Amino acid sequence: MTRILIVAEHIGGKLNSVALAKCVTCASKIAGAQIDAAVFAVDGSDVAAQAAKISGIAKVLKIDNAANTEALSAVLAPQVAAVAANYTHVFGPSTTFGKDLMPRVAALLGVGQLSDIMAVESAYRFRRPIYAGNAIVTIEAPQDKKLVATVRTASFEAAKDGGNATIEATSASAELPTSTRFVARSAAATGRPDLQTAGRVVSGGRALGSAENFKIIYSLADKLKAGVGASRAAVDAGYAANELQVGQTGKIISPELYIAVGISGAIQHLTGIKDARTIVAINKDSEAPIFEVADIGLIGDLFAILPELEKALG
Amino acid sequence: MSKILVGLKRVVDYNVRVRVKTDGTGIVTDGVKMSINPFDEIALEEALRIKEKAVASAGDPVEVIIVSIGPADTQQQLRTGLAMGADRAILVQTDAAVEPLAAAKVFLKLIEKEGPQIVILGKQGIDDDNNQTGQMVAALWNRPQATFASKIELNGATAKVTREVDAGLETIEVDLPAVFTSDLRLNEPRFVKLPDIMKAKKKTLDVLAIADLGVDRTPQFKTVKYEAPATRTKGVLVKDVAELVAALKQKGLL
Repeated sequence: MTRILIVAEHIGGKLNSVALAKCVTCASKIAGAQIDAAVFAVDGSDVAAQAAKISGIAKVLKIDNAANTEALSAVLAPQVAAVAANYTHVFGPSTTFGKDLMPRVAALLGVGQLSDIMAVESAYRFRRPIYAGNAIVTIEAPQDKKLVATVRTASFEAAKDGGNATIEATSASAELPTSTRFVARSAAATGRPDLQTAGRVVSGGRALGSAENFKIIYSLADKLKAGVGASRAAVDAGYAANELQVGQTGKIISPELYIAVGISGAIQHLTGIKDARTIVAINKDSEAPIFEVADIGLIGDLFAILPELEKALG
Repeated sequence: MSKILVGLKRVVDYNVRVRVKTDGTGIVTDGVKMSINPFDEIALEEALRIKEKAVASAGDPVEVIIVSIGPADTQQQLRTGLAMGADRAILVQTDAAVEPLAAAKVFLKLIEKEGPQIVILGKQGIDDDNNQTGQMVAALWNRPQATFASKIELNGATAKVTREVDAGLETIEVDLPAVFTSDLRLNEPRFVKLPDIMKAKKKTLDVLAIADLGVDRTPQFKTVKYEAPATRTKGVLVKDVAELVAALKQKGLL
């Protein structure tokens, strides 16, 4: 029987419920699978209760350990590997948390890892993107080995709430290292919707020209109650913070509406947005590659268009 | 003398528009420009800066060793790495594809042989986009990992590393030896100068067979087929803001 364990990501007592719910949808494409989630925390009661509400999860394992104050892969991986003993599949989200952790888990289990599952064909056959999404490969994994994988969250809808999973406290006997220590985390508390889960996203590119000018992106985003993104060029130039980067090496997103402002549309950026429902491009260069993928394009000066658009939105 | 081991992967140059073979058996690589994986170039640059800082402060000298796993032609990329300033190179030669776990096992063998304080790899190859090898090396070596690094500060037997994570920036401290993987903003790699290319020809480049290291590289995963991605269809152009707003309303997006 297929038994899938999904490692839940959480920070500051709050579950990344969208990432978990999308992993659940991916796992539920495997017929007849039992899907459990695992919460590794100091006291995971609250997070486990949040996870238990996601429809499709049978059981939430709660592994409490004083060493789990922060998500450090060197500390978490031995615990995940221990809990994985009873499972055929171990999944994590393709967030920086999952990307950091899951290969370490796989190596401890002596198996390879499959990155970025975008489609499920069977319990051991999946599709994933390579070359920044310029090719899609179908991969077969051996059935006699545990399958460790990350799930490309942008490829799946989030499972709905309404579940009522049982919560089971358990322990993971593993020796935990102290050679990796958390120091600090800095994140701008923006009050805006999270880029990875926002239904609408407004992104700015190099054409914004400065961090000061980038403010008009925030302004439009606030009008639309949208998250804010940026191209690599804008981040490299210092116009926007690194966590806003959308693309192959940044965040892969799938909002209902994506508005690309002053973004030319390099391949690596398009990789991050090709699952968006509707793409709007605003750019003064009519030859910009972004127009090849945009559903709606408007050629013109963004500094004239954006204020006008904001006004039209009332 | 302390050592830094750096991984350099030979990949299709990032400017090449990659195409799938019409029969679905792979990627078109004939006559395509090959380069050092951009993230690995950043990894090497960081190692070189650590070495130069040690020289400037008259600290313990550092030897930078670059390692690649790949076909004989990978010597070109290793020579480029030597021209950038690496001290010597090791090519673990194989024509077969090597999965991240097998690559990590190769690194572990070389780590056992060389005894480095620091191992730096790119966070991902821009070919397979796996983002696994550094984490696996750290696991097999049972040492700390600091992935997606945008800043590395060494302080004796420890390192403070700033990492680019989804929430923003995270700083962790690790005991050395440790494995780092480089993100885009760790540094800007230097350009190679002509005299350095001449000098690089005289540097040591050892070639080993993967079998000599006793690593089983039998792949675990089977790639059944390659396909071009579904393309988005080109949409419509609107002429002004009013038309844009109308189009968004029509789609139910406003």
